[in-house]
Amino acid sequence: MSPINRPRTGTRDRGVDRPGTRTPLPLLAPALVAALFLLLPLAGLLIRAPWAQLPELLSEPEALEALKLSLISATAATGLSLLFGVPLAFALARSRRPGISLLRALVTLPLVLPPVVGGLALLLALGRRGIVGGYLYEWFGFSLPYTVWAVIIAETFVAMPFLVVSVEGALRTADRGLEEAAATLGSKPFATFRRVTLPLIAPSLIAGSVLAWARALGEFGATITFAGSFPGTTQTMPIHIYLKLQNDPDAAIALSLVLLLVSVAALGLLRERWMNTGTGL
Amino acid sequence: MRRHTLTATAVLAAAALSLTACGGSSDSDDTSSSSSSSSGLSGEITVFAAASLTESFTALGTSFEAENPGTTVTFSFAASSALAEQINSGAPADVFASAATKNMDQVVDAGNASDPVTFANNTMEIAVPADNPAKVDSLDDLTDKDTKVVLCAEDVPCGVSARAVFDNAGITVTPVSNEVDVKSTLSKITLGEADAGVVYVTDVKAAGDKVTGVEIPDDVNASTAYPIATLKGSENAELAKAFEDYVLSDTGATQLESAGFAKP
Repeated sequence: MSPINRPRTGTRDRGVDRPGTRTPLPLLAPALVAALFLLLPLAGLLIRAPWAQLPELLSEPEALEALKLSLISATAATGLSLLFGVPLAFALARSRRPGISLLRALVTLPLVLPPVVGGLALLLALGRRGIVGGYLYEWFGFSLPYTVWAVIIAETFVAMPFLVVSVEGALRTADRGLEEAAATLGSKPFATFRRVTLPLIAPSLIAGSVLAWARALGEFGATITFAGSFPGTTQTMPIHIYLKLQNDPDAAIALSLVLLLVSVAALGLLRERWMNTGTGL
Repeated sequence: MRRHTLTATAVLAAAALSLTACGGSSDSDDTSSSSSSSSGLSGEITVFAAASLTESFTALGTSFEAENPGTTVTFSFAASSALAEQINSGAPADVFASAATKNMDQVVDAGNASDPVTFANNTMEIAVPADNPAKVDSLDDLTDKDTKVVLCAEDVPCGVSARAVFDNAGITVTPVSNEVDVKSTLSKITLGEADAGVVYVTDVKAAGDKVTGVEIPDDVNASTAYPIATLKGSENAELAKAFEDYVLSDTGATQLESAGFAKP
Protein backbone atom coordinates (compact mmCIF):
# COMPACT_ATOMS: atom_id res chain seq x y z
CA MET A 1 0.00 0.00 0.00
CA SER A 2 1.39 3.35 -0.95
CA PRO A 3 -0.20 6.11 1.08
CA ILE A 4 -0.59 9.29 -0.89
CA ASN A 5 -1.43 11.63 1.91
CA ARG A 6 0.21 14.83 0.84
CA PRO A 7 1.32 16.61 -2.29
CA ARG A 8 4.36 14.65 -3.34
CA THR A 9 6.73 17.57 -3.43
CA GLY A 10 9.41 15.28 -2.10
CA THR A 11 9.53 13.29 -5.30
CA ARG A 12 12.49 14.24 -7.35
CA ASP A 13 14.13 13.31 -10.58
CA ARG A 14 17.59 12.21 -9.65
CA GLY A 15 20.49 14.00 -11.23
CA VAL A 16 18.39 16.69 -12.89
CA ASP A 17 17.50 20.05 -11.35
CA ARG A 18 14.02 20.87 -12.45
CA PRO A 19 13.45 24.48 -13.58
CA GLY A 20 12.93 26.77 -10.63
CA THR A 21 14.37 24.31 -8.15
CA ARG A 22 18.02 25.11 -8.68
CA THR A 23 19.82 26.36 -5.54
CA PRO A 24 19.90 30.17 -5.71
CA LEU A 25 23.42 31.56 -6.04
CA PRO A 26 23.43 33.50 -2.71
CA LEU A 27 22.72 30.22 -0.91
CA LEU A 28 25.45 28.31 -2.63
CA ALA A 29 28.47 29.80 -0.86
CA PRO A 30 27.17 29.42 2.73
CA ALA A 31 25.90 25.95 1.86
CA LEU A 32 29.39 25.04 0.76
CA VAL A 33 30.88 26.45 3.97
CA ALA A 34 28.41 24.44 6.02
CA ALA A 35 29.20 21.25 4.18
CA LEU A 36 32.96 21.80 4.54
CA PHE A 37 32.57 22.60 8.23
CA LEU A 38 30.69 19.39 8.87
CA LEU A 39 33.02 17.27 6.78
CA LEU A 40 36.34 18.71 7.94
CA PRO A 41 36.52 16.86 11.29
CA LEU A 42 35.75 13.62 9.51
CA ALA A 43 38.58 14.35 7.09
CA GLY A 44 40.87 14.92 10.07
CA LEU A 45 39.97 11.52 11.42
CA LEU A 46 40.58 9.86 8.08
CA ILE A 47 43.91 11.59 7.48
CA ARG A 48 45.29 10.94 10.96
CA ALA A 49 44.12 7.32 11.05
CA PRO A 50 46.95 4.85 11.59
CA TRP A 51 45.98 2.78 8.57
CA ALA A 52 48.92 0.39 8.83
CA GLN A 53 48.11 -0.63 12.40
CA LEU A 54 44.38 -0.61 11.82
CA PRO A 55 43.81 -4.37 11.58
CA GLU A 56 45.85 -4.97 14.72
CA LEU A 57 44.15 -2.20 16.71
CA LEU A 58 40.71 -3.35 15.69
CA SER A 59 41.26 -6.99 16.53
CA GLU A 60 41.99 -6.22 20.20
CA PRO A 61 39.53 -8.22 22.31
CA GLU A 62 38.57 -5.17 24.38
CA ALA A 63 37.70 -3.17 21.28
CA LEU A 64 35.66 -6.02 19.83
CA GLU A 65 33.89 -6.52 23.13
CA ALA A 66 33.06 -2.82 23.30
CA LEU A 67 31.75 -2.80 19.73
CA LYS A 68 29.67 -5.91 20.33
CA LEU A 69 28.21 -4.44 23.50
CA SER A 70 27.45 -1.18 21.71
CA LEU A 71 25.66 -2.92 18.84
CA ILE A 72 23.63 -5.15 21.15
CA SER A 73 22.65 -2.43 23.60
CA ALA A 74 21.79 0.09 20.86
CA THR A 75 19.56 -2.51 19.21
CA ALA A 76 17.90 -3.36 22.51
CA ALA A 77 17.39 0.35 23.22
CA THR A 78 15.76 0.76 19.81
CA GLY A 79 13.50 -2.22 20.50
CA LEU A 80 12.41 -0.73 23.82
CA SER A 81 11.88 2.63 22.17
CA LEU A 82 9.60 1.02 19.58
CA LEU A 83 7.70 -1.01 22.15
CA PHE A 84 6.98 1.93 24.44
CA GLY A 85 7.72 4.97 22.30
CA VAL A 86 5.24 4.27 19.49
CA PRO A 87 2.27 4.00 21.87
CA LEU A 88 3.44 7.17 23.56
CA ALA A 89 3.71 8.94 20.21
CA PHE A 90 0.19 7.75 19.35
CA ALA A 91 -1.17 9.07 22.64
CA LEU A 92 0.60 12.40 22.16
CA ALA A 93 -0.63 12.81 18.59
CA ARG A 94 -4.24 11.81 19.14
CA SER A 95 -5.11 12.71 22.71
CA ARG A 96 -7.12 15.87 23.31
CA ARG A 97 -6.67 15.80 27.06
CA PRO A 98 -5.47 19.00 28.75
CA GLY A 99 -1.81 18.97 29.64
CA ILE A 100 -0.87 16.81 26.68
CA SER A 101 1.37 19.48 25.19
CA LEU A 102 3.15 19.88 28.49
CA LEU A 103 3.67 16.13 28.55
CA ARG A 104 5.02 16.28 25.01
CA ALA A 105 7.51 18.96 26.00
CA LEU A 106 8.62 16.99 29.04
CA VAL A 107 9.10 13.62 27.34
CA THR A 108 11.16 15.13 24.56
CA LEU A 109 13.40 16.85 27.10
CA PRO A 110 16.20 14.27 26.73
CA LEU A 111 16.67 15.59 23.18
CA VAL A 112 18.14 18.78 24.57
CA LEU A 113 19.29 17.67 28.01
CA PRO A 114 23.05 17.23 28.42
CA PRO A 115 23.46 13.43 28.50
CA VAL A 116 25.43 13.60 31.77
CA VAL A 117 22.45 15.29 33.38
CA GLY A 118 20.26 12.50 32.03
CA GLY A 119 22.61 9.91 33.49
CA LEU A 120 22.63 11.63 36.86
CA ALA A 121 18.85 11.84 36.84
CA LEU A 122 18.66 8.13 36.08
CA LEU A 123 21.07 7.42 38.90
CA LEU A 124 18.95 9.41 41.35
CA ALA A 125 15.78 7.65 40.17
CA LEU A 126 16.93 4.10 39.50
CA GLY A 127 20.26 3.85 41.33
CA ARG A 128 20.74 1.76 44.43
CA ARG A 129 19.82 4.78 46.55
CA GLY A 130 17.39 6.18 43.98
CA ILE A 131 13.74 7.02 44.61
CA VAL A 132 12.60 3.87 42.79
CA GLY A 133 15.87 1.95 42.61
CA GLY A 134 16.12 2.07 46.38
CA TYR A 135 13.04 -0.16 46.70
CA LEU A 136 14.29 -2.42 43.92
CA TYR A 137 17.44 -2.95 45.95
CA GLU A 138 15.65 -3.32 49.26
CA TRP A 139 13.12 -5.87 48.00
CA PHE A 140 15.07 -7.87 45.45
CA GLY A 141 18.69 -7.06 46.28
CA PHE A 142 19.08 -5.92 42.67
CA SER A 143 20.73 -2.68 41.68
CA LEU A 144 20.78 -1.43 38.11
CA PRO A 145 23.99 0.60 37.87
CA TYR A 146 27.02 -1.29 36.51
CA THR A 147 24.83 -3.78 34.65
CA VAL A 148 24.18 -4.10 30.94
CA TRP A 149 20.55 -3.20 31.73
CA ALA A 150 21.75 0.16 32.93
CA VAL A 151 23.48 0.70 29.58
CA ILE A 152 20.29 -0.17 27.72
CA ILE A 153 18.17 2.06 29.96
CA ALA A 154 20.55 5.00 29.60
CA GLU A 155 20.60 4.62 25.83
CA THR A 156 16.82 4.21 25.66
CA PHE A 157 16.36 7.35 27.75
CA VAL A 158 18.42 9.38 25.30
CA ALA A 159 17.28 7.70 22.06
CA MET A 160 13.53 7.16 22.57
CA PRO A 161 12.55 10.84 22.13
CA PHE A 162 14.00 10.75 18.61
CA LEU A 163 11.61 7.96 17.71
CA VAL A 164 8.68 9.57 19.52
CA VAL A 165 9.19 12.87 17.74
CA SER A 166 9.40 11.36 14.26
CA VAL A 167 6.48 8.98 14.75
CA GLU A 168 4.31 11.65 16.34
CA GLY A 169 5.00 13.98 13.43
CA ALA A 170 3.98 11.30 10.98
CA LEU A 171 0.82 10.49 12.92
CA ARG A 172 -0.24 14.11 12.92
CA THR A 173 0.05 14.42 9.16
CA ALA A 174 -1.26 10.93 8.37
CA ASP A 175 -4.62 10.70 6.62
CA ARG A 176 -7.24 10.10 9.30
CA GLY A 177 -9.77 9.27 6.58
CA LEU A 178 -8.31 5.82 6.07
CA GLU A 179 -8.57 5.06 9.78
CA GLU A 180 -12.13 6.33 9.86
CA ALA A 181 -12.99 4.23 6.83
CA ALA A 182 -11.56 1.16 8.54
CA ALA A 183 -13.63 1.95 11.63
CA THR A 184 -16.86 2.30 9.66
CA LEU A 185 -16.10 -1.06 8.06
CA GLY A 186 -16.10 -2.59 11.54
CA SER A 187 -12.41 -2.67 12.42
CA LYS A 188 -11.70 -2.49 16.14
CA PRO A 189 -9.38 0.35 17.29
CA PHE A 190 -6.31 -1.82 17.90
CA ALA A 191 -6.81 -3.67 14.63
CA THR A 192 -7.05 -0.33 12.85
CA PHE A 193 -3.87 0.82 14.54
CA ARG A 194 -2.04 -2.36 13.53
CA ARG A 195 -3.33 -2.76 10.00
CA VAL A 196 -3.95 0.80 8.86
CA THR A 197 -2.07 3.32 10.99
CA LEU A 198 1.24 1.46 11.33
CA PRO A 199 1.63 0.78 7.58
CA LEU A 200 0.67 4.39 6.97
CA ILE A 201 3.53 5.69 9.08
CA ALA A 202 6.00 2.91 8.24
CA PRO A 203 8.59 5.16 6.56
CA SER A 204 8.74 7.49 9.57
CA LEU A 205 8.80 4.52 11.88
CA ILE A 206 11.88 3.18 10.10
CA ALA A 207 13.52 6.58 9.90
CA GLY A 208 12.87 7.18 13.61
CA SER A 209 14.20 3.74 14.53
CA VAL A 210 17.43 4.23 12.62
CA LEU A 211 17.91 7.66 14.18
CA ALA A 212 17.27 6.28 17.65
CA TRP A 213 19.64 3.39 16.99
CA ALA A 214 22.41 5.69 15.76
CA ARG A 215 21.91 8.00 18.74
CA ALA A 216 22.06 5.05 21.14
CA LEU A 217 25.21 3.79 19.46
CA GLY A 218 26.97 7.09 20.04
CA GLU A 219 25.69 7.61 23.58
CA PHE A 220 28.42 8.44 26.08
CA GLY A 221 27.49 10.80 28.91
CA ALA A 222 24.36 9.16 30.26
CA THR A 223 25.87 5.71 29.93
CA ILE A 224 29.07 6.40 31.83
CA THR A 225 27.21 8.30 34.53
CA PHE A 226 24.46 5.74 35.09
CA ALA A 227 26.09 2.46 34.06
CA GLY A 228 29.77 3.11 34.66
CA SER A 229 32.44 1.47 32.58
CA PHE A 230 33.59 -2.12 32.81
CA PRO A 231 35.02 -4.04 29.85
CA GLY A 232 32.48 -6.50 28.47
CA THR A 233 29.60 -5.38 30.67
CA THR A 234 29.13 -1.64 30.51
CA GLN A 235 32.07 -0.28 28.54
CA THR A 236 30.50 0.72 25.25
CA MET A 237 32.46 1.80 22.20
CA PRO A 238 32.29 5.57 22.89
CA ILE A 239 33.53 5.03 26.47
CA HIS A 240 36.24 2.68 25.30
CA ILE A 241 37.34 5.30 22.78
CA TYR A 242 37.41 8.03 25.42
CA LEU A 243 39.56 5.94 27.77
CA LYS A 244 41.86 4.89 24.92
CA LEU A 245 42.41 8.53 24.07
CA GLN A 246 44.11 9.01 27.46
CA ASN A 247 46.92 6.62 26.64
CA ASP A 248 46.83 5.52 23.04
CA PRO A 249 45.42 8.21 20.73
CA ASP A 250 46.13 6.11 17.65
CA ALA A 251 43.88 3.35 18.90
CA ALA A 252 41.21 5.91 19.75
CA ILE A 253 41.32 7.28 16.20
CA ALA A 254 41.10 3.80 14.70
CA LEU A 255 38.12 2.89 16.86
CA SER A 256 36.41 6.20 16.09
CA LEU A 257 36.66 5.31 12.42
CA VAL A 258 34.77 2.08 13.02
CA LEU A 259 32.01 3.83 14.93
CA LEU A 260 31.86 6.44 12.20
CA LEU A 261 31.60 3.80 9.50
CA VAL A 262 28.74 2.04 11.28
CA SER A 263 26.88 5.31 11.83
CA VAL A 264 27.35 6.43 8.22
CA ALA A 265 26.03 3.09 7.04
CA ALA A 266 22.96 3.47 9.26
CA LEU A 267 22.27 7.03 8.15
CA GLY A 268 22.87 6.08 4.51
CA LEU A 269 20.26 3.41 4.88
CA LEU A 270 17.97 6.04 6.30
CA ARG A 271 18.56 8.57 3.55
CA GLU A 272 16.21 7.05 1.00
CA ARG A 273 13.31 7.21 3.42
CA TRP A 274 14.28 10.55 4.77
CA MET A 275 14.30 12.22 1.39
CA ASN A 276 10.74 11.24 0.66
CA THR A 277 8.92 11.53 3.92
CA GLY A 278 9.93 14.37 6.17
CA THR A 279 10.23 12.91 9.61
CA GLY A 280 9.58 16.07 11.51
CA LEU A 281 13.26 16.30 12.34
CA MET B 1 19.36 32.27 76.57
CA ARG B 2 21.46 35.25 77.55
CA ARG B 3 24.24 33.03 78.77
CA HIS B 4 24.27 31.17 75.45
CA THR B 5 24.54 34.40 73.55
CA LEU B 6 27.38 35.46 75.75
CA THR B 7 29.22 32.19 75.21
CA ALA B 8 28.67 32.48 71.47
CA THR B 9 30.00 36.02 71.50
CA ALA B 10 33.04 34.89 73.43
CA VAL B 11 33.69 32.08 70.97
CA LEU B 12 33.25 34.43 68.04
CA ALA B 13 35.58 36.95 69.58
CA ALA B 14 38.19 34.29 70.18
CA ALA B 15 37.81 33.09 66.61
CA ALA B 16 38.11 36.62 65.32
CA LEU B 17 41.22 37.14 67.41
CA SER B 18 42.86 33.99 66.10
CA LEU B 19 41.91 34.97 62.57
CA THR B 20 43.53 38.35 63.05
CA ALA B 21 46.57 36.54 64.36
CA CYS B 22 46.70 34.43 61.20
CA GLY B 23 46.05 37.49 59.12
CA GLY B 24 48.97 39.18 60.83
CA SER B 25 51.38 36.57 59.63
CA SER B 26 50.09 36.63 56.08
CA ASP B 27 50.15 40.42 56.07
CA SER B 28 53.85 40.33 55.48
CA ASP B 29 53.22 38.07 52.48
CA ASP B 30 50.71 40.55 51.18
CA THR B 31 53.09 43.47 51.30
CA SER B 32 55.88 41.52 49.69
CA SER B 33 53.65 40.37 46.87
CA SER B 34 51.99 43.72 46.33
CA SER B 35 55.46 44.95 45.50
CA SER B 36 55.71 42.08 43.00
CA SER B 37 52.36 43.03 41.49
CA SER B 38 53.65 46.53 41.00
CA SER B 39 56.53 44.87 39.17
CA GLY B 40 54.04 44.25 36.39
CA LEU B 41 52.16 40.98 36.83
CA SER B 42 48.83 41.17 35.04
CA GLY B 43 46.64 39.36 32.59
CA GLU B 44 45.20 35.88 32.46
CA ILE B 45 46.56 32.38 32.50
CA THR B 46 44.95 28.99 32.14
CA VAL B 47 46.19 26.22 34.38
CA PHE B 48 45.59 22.60 33.40
CA ALA B 49 45.59 20.59 36.59
CA ALA B 50 44.88 17.02 37.62
CA ALA B 51 41.35 16.40 38.91
CA SER B 52 42.76 15.54 42.34
CA LEU B 53 44.08 19.10 42.62
CA THR B 54 40.62 20.64 42.19
CA GLU B 55 40.14 21.94 45.74
CA SER B 56 43.73 22.85 46.59
CA PHE B 57 44.47 24.62 43.30
CA THR B 58 41.17 26.49 43.34
CA ALA B 59 42.18 27.83 46.74
CA LEU B 60 45.72 28.58 45.57
CA GLY B 61 44.34 30.40 42.54
CA THR B 62 42.12 32.58 44.71
CA SER B 63 44.94 33.57 47.05
CA PHE B 64 47.32 34.12 44.13
CA GLU B 65 44.82 36.48 42.50
CA ALA B 66 44.32 38.28 45.81
CA GLU B 67 48.05 38.80 46.19
CA ASN B 68 48.46 39.89 42.59
CA PRO B 69 45.60 42.25 41.73
CA GLY B 70 44.88 42.40 38.03
CA THR B 71 45.62 38.76 37.41
CA THR B 72 43.15 36.01 36.57
CA VAL B 73 43.89 32.32 36.90
CA THR B 74 41.49 29.95 35.14
CA PHE B 75 41.60 26.24 35.77
CA SER B 76 40.75 23.21 33.73
CA PHE B 77 40.61 20.11 35.91
CA ALA B 78 40.53 16.63 34.38
CA ALA B 79 42.47 13.40 34.34
CA SER B 80 46.17 14.20 33.83
CA SER B 81 46.27 11.88 30.85
CA ALA B 82 43.41 13.74 29.16
CA LEU B 83 45.06 17.09 29.88
CA ALA B 84 48.43 15.92 28.51
CA GLU B 85 46.67 14.82 25.34
CA GLN B 86 44.88 18.18 25.07
CA ILE B 87 48.12 20.13 25.58
CA ASN B 88 49.92 18.08 22.93
CA SER B 89 47.02 18.74 20.56
CA GLY B 90 47.57 22.46 21.00
CA ALA B 91 45.18 23.45 23.80
CA PRO B 92 45.94 27.01 24.94
CA ALA B 93 47.29 26.31 28.43
CA ASP B 94 49.98 28.15 30.36
CA VAL B 95 50.76 25.80 33.22
CA PHE B 96 50.38 22.04 33.58
CA ALA B 97 50.19 20.32 36.96
CA SER B 98 50.04 16.56 36.53
CA ALA B 99 49.21 13.78 38.96
CA ALA B 100 51.87 11.57 37.42
CA THR B 101 55.36 12.05 36.04
CA LYS B 102 54.38 9.86 33.08
CA ASN B 103 51.85 12.38 31.74
CA MET B 104 54.24 15.28 32.34
CA ASP B 105 56.90 13.34 30.43
CA GLN B 106 54.51 13.02 27.48
CA VAL B 107 54.21 16.80 27.38
CA VAL B 108 57.97 17.31 27.79
CA ASP B 109 58.75 14.72 25.11
CA ALA B 110 56.43 16.50 22.71
CA GLY B 111 58.45 19.67 23.30
CA ASN B 112 55.66 21.55 25.03
CA ALA B 113 57.36 21.98 28.40
CA SER B 114 60.75 21.60 30.03
CA ASP B 115 62.19 21.23 33.51
CA PRO B 116 59.11 20.11 35.44
CA VAL B 117 59.40 20.35 39.21
CA THR B 118 57.73 17.97 41.64
CA PHE B 119 55.67 19.99 44.13
CA ALA B 120 53.74 17.34 46.06
CA ASN B 121 53.20 13.68 46.69
CA ASN B 122 49.96 11.86 47.24
CA THR B 123 49.12 8.43 48.58
CA MET B 124 46.05 6.26 48.19
CA GLU B 125 43.22 5.60 50.59
CA ILE B 126 40.04 3.53 50.52
CA ALA B 127 36.94 5.73 50.42
CA VAL B 128 33.59 4.35 51.56
CA PRO B 129 30.17 6.05 51.88
CA ALA B 130 29.68 7.72 55.27
CA ASP B 131 27.52 4.84 56.53
CA ASN B 132 29.88 2.19 55.07
CA PRO B 133 27.10 -0.20 53.93
CA ALA B 134 29.48 -3.01 52.97
CA LYS B 135 31.46 -2.68 56.23
CA VAL B 136 34.78 -2.22 54.50
CA ASP B 137 37.65 -1.76 56.95
CA SER B 138 40.64 -3.24 55.19
CA LEU B 139 42.04 -3.83 51.72
CA ASP B 140 41.01 -7.49 51.88
CA ASP B 141 37.36 -6.47 52.14
CA LEU B 142 37.63 -5.09 48.60
CA THR B 143 38.05 -8.62 47.24
CA ASP B 144 34.58 -9.58 48.49
CA LYS B 145 32.38 -10.27 45.47
CA ASP B 146 29.39 -8.52 47.04
CA THR B 147 31.30 -5.32 47.60
CA LYS B 148 30.83 -2.92 44.72
CA VAL B 149 34.22 -1.32 44.14
CA VAL B 150 34.81 1.54 41.70
CA LEU B 151 38.28 2.46 40.52
CA CYS B 152 39.81 4.93 38.13
CA ALA B 153 40.46 3.37 34.74
CA GLU B 154 43.92 1.88 34.22
CA ASP B 155 44.57 4.63 31.68
CA VAL B 156 44.56 7.44 34.27
CA PRO B 157 47.09 7.98 37.09
CA CYS B 158 44.78 7.22 40.02
CA GLY B 159 43.90 3.91 38.35
CA VAL B 160 47.56 3.02 37.96
CA SER B 161 48.23 3.77 41.63
CA ALA B 162 45.19 1.83 42.83
CA ARG B 163 46.35 -1.23 40.93
CA ALA B 164 49.88 -0.80 42.29
CA VAL B 165 48.39 -1.01 45.80
CA PHE B 166 46.60 -4.27 44.95
CA ASP B 167 49.79 -5.69 43.45
CA ASN B 168 51.75 -4.72 46.56
CA ALA B 169 49.14 -6.34 48.77
CA GLY B 170 48.90 -9.40 46.55
CA ILE B 171 45.13 -9.17 46.13
CA THR B 172 42.84 -9.21 43.12
CA VAL B 173 40.06 -6.63 43.05
CA THR B 174 37.45 -6.66 40.31
CA PRO B 175 35.77 -3.26 40.12
CA VAL B 176 32.22 -2.80 38.88
CA SER B 177 33.33 0.28 36.99
CA ASN B 178 36.49 1.95 35.69
CA GLU B 179 35.79 5.67 35.93
CA VAL B 180 37.35 8.36 33.76
CA ASP B 181 38.97 10.29 36.62
CA VAL B 182 39.32 10.39 40.38
CA LYS B 183 36.44 12.81 40.92
CA SER B 184 33.91 10.70 39.06
CA THR B 185 35.14 7.68 41.01
CA LEU B 186 34.58 9.52 44.27
CA SER B 187 31.14 10.78 43.27
CA LYS B 188 29.89 7.20 42.78
CA ILE B 189 30.85 6.63 46.42
CA THR B 190 29.43 9.95 47.62
CA LEU B 191 26.12 9.09 45.97
CA GLY B 192 26.17 5.70 47.67
CA GLU B 193 26.04 3.87 44.35
CA ALA B 194 29.34 2.12 45.12
CA ASP B 195 30.52 0.53 48.37
CA ALA B 196 34.15 1.49 48.12
CA GLY B 197 36.82 2.95 45.90
CA VAL B 198 40.52 3.60 46.01
CA VAL B 199 41.28 7.28 45.59
CA TYR B 200 43.88 9.79 46.77
CA VAL B 201 44.11 10.65 50.47
CA THR B 202 43.47 14.27 49.48
CA ASP B 203 40.19 13.43 47.75
CA VAL B 204 38.87 11.67 50.84
CA LYS B 205 39.81 14.75 52.84
CA ALA B 206 38.21 17.12 50.32
CA ALA B 207 34.94 15.16 50.34
CA GLY B 208 34.50 15.97 54.02
CA ASP B 209 31.96 13.91 55.93
CA LYS B 210 30.27 12.54 52.81
CA VAL B 211 32.81 9.72 52.72
CA THR B 212 34.92 7.91 55.27
CA GLY B 213 38.54 7.04 54.65
CA VAL B 214 40.00 3.63 55.41
CA GLU B 215 43.78 3.84 55.61
CA ILE B 216 46.00 1.66 53.47
CA PRO B 217 49.09 0.36 55.32
CA ASP B 218 52.28 2.24 54.38
CA ASP B 219 54.13 -0.88 53.31
CA VAL B 220 51.66 -1.62 50.49
CA ASN B 221 50.56 1.92 49.69
CA ALA B 222 51.47 3.55 46.40
CA SER B 223 52.37 7.17 46.02
CA THR B 224 52.38 9.44 43.06
CA ALA B 225 54.44 12.55 42.41
CA TYR B 226 52.88 15.77 41.14
CA PRO B 227 55.11 17.69 38.71
CA ILE B 228 54.35 21.22 37.54
CA ALA B 229 55.76 23.11 34.55
CA THR B 230 55.18 26.30 32.61
CA LEU B 231 54.23 25.44 29.06
CA LYS B 232 56.18 26.55 26.00
CA GLY B 233 53.05 27.77 24.28
CA SER B 234 52.18 30.18 27.09
CA GLU B 235 51.34 33.67 25.90
CA ASN B 236 51.88 35.06 29.38
CA ALA B 237 54.95 33.14 30.42
CA GLU B 238 55.84 35.64 33.14
CA LEU B 239 52.54 35.19 34.95
CA ALA B 240 52.63 31.45 34.32
CA LYS B 241 56.07 31.21 35.92
CA ALA B 242 54.90 33.37 38.83
CA PHE B 243 52.02 30.98 39.46
CA GLU B 244 54.34 27.99 39.25
CA ASP B 245 56.68 29.67 41.76
CA TYR B 246 53.71 30.41 43.99
CA VAL B 247 52.74 26.72 44.04
CA LEU B 248 56.35 25.87 44.90
CA SER B 249 56.58 28.60 47.57
CA ASP B 250 56.14 28.05 51.31
CA THR B 251 52.61 29.47 51.10
CA GLY B 252 51.75 26.99 48.38
CA ALA B 253 53.33 24.12 50.28
CA THR B 254 51.36 24.99 53.41
CA GLN B 255 48.07 25.06 51.53
CA LEU B 256 48.83 21.79 49.77
CA GLU B 257 49.79 20.17 53.05
CA SER B 258 46.56 21.25 54.66
CA ALA B 259 44.75 19.52 51.78
CA GLY B 260 46.55 16.30 52.67
CA PHE B 261 49.41 16.30 50.17
CA ALA B 262 52.84 15.24 51.32
CA LYS B 263 55.98 17.25 50.68
CA PRO B 264 57.99 15.90 47.73
